[in-house]
Amino acid sequence: MRWLYFIPVMIFLAVAGIAGYFLLSGENPQALPSTLIDQNVPATDLALLGDPSRLTATSFATGKITLVNFFASWCLPCRAEHPQLMSLSKQQDVSLTGIAWKDKTEDAQSFLQELGNPFSRVALDTSGRTGIDWGVYGVPETFIIDGMGKIRYRHVGPIMPQDMERIQAVLRKLQP
Amino acid sequence: MMRPAIIGIFLLMALPAVAMQPEERLNDSVLETRARTISREIRCLVCQNQSIDDSDADLARDLRRIIRERLTAGDTDAAVKDFLVARYGDFVLLRPPFRASTLFLWLIPFAILVCGGLSFWVMSRRTINPLASLTPEEQRRLEILTKDGS
Repeated sequence: MRWLYFIPVMIFLAVAGIAGYFLLSGENPQALPSTLIDQNVPATDLALLGDPSRLTATSFATGKITLVNFFASWCLPCRAEHPQLMSLSKQQDVSLTGIAWKDKTEDAQSFLQELGNPFSRVALDTSGRTGIDWGVYGVPETFIIDGMGKIRYRHVGPIMPQDMERIQAVLRKLQP
Repeated sequence: MMRPAIIGIFLLMALPAVAMQPEERLNDSVLETRARTISREIRCLVCQNQSIDDSDADLARDLRRIIRERLTAGDTDAAVKDFLVARYGDFVLLRPPFRASTLFLWLIPFAILVCGGLSFWVMSRRTINPLASLTPEEQRRLEILTKDGS
């Protein structure tokens, strides 16, 4: 019956182990999993910057991988991730779509003029309602959409240099 | 004499802190009450530990507005919640639903209660009369000792 006395120690070690694992795993505890993974892009109808056509859900079923980045000129972390988007824009295997979330047209424009435009098209979600339909709860947020127009990956928060490896792995996996 | 009076005046002027803006309110008081009840059960995804009824965040205000829009359009309370869950997942509900994936979450307090109750029961059975547990040898020595003392 001696071993019974070790049960509290065992429970403590188990709890400490689980807590330690999540503490050191580097996962963002506030990042939520998307409910849209492996689902079609939600209904979208947005005006495009400098283009009379509109961005709709069917605009993504192009056979090519699209990376959709929700950004805003008022968003500071968006500036931190911008160099990573610029480097992704040089890749042939993915096209970048920017969606300016709760932003004024002129502000989004001058943001891209100042830092460079990595996007092949920029849509305007002034009210933020499309973002809500996508499950966005803050900027920046990034979605990777396969050639069929299905959402396959979501990244909450800025894409930092250390996140690039994971992004590249997703892009490689989705390659047709 | 002046100070308590001033404090009293300020206390009378104090208003309850509400995140909701007056212009958000619906004219239909039945719908408004339903909207408030739903708002208290929906998590603000920006602050994550507040309901959207309490939160001042921009997104919380948008969600409050969406709830009112859906209710005005004739949605049931459950349909409004489903609308939000479809976008943000179960996490948006402050009270998690009872289903297979949340079984552990809901049942663990009861499991701990049962474990505690069982160990309490085992422990209480173990406290037995110490005299009854004397070995024959101890019993013999005890008799000798008590005889000698008299």
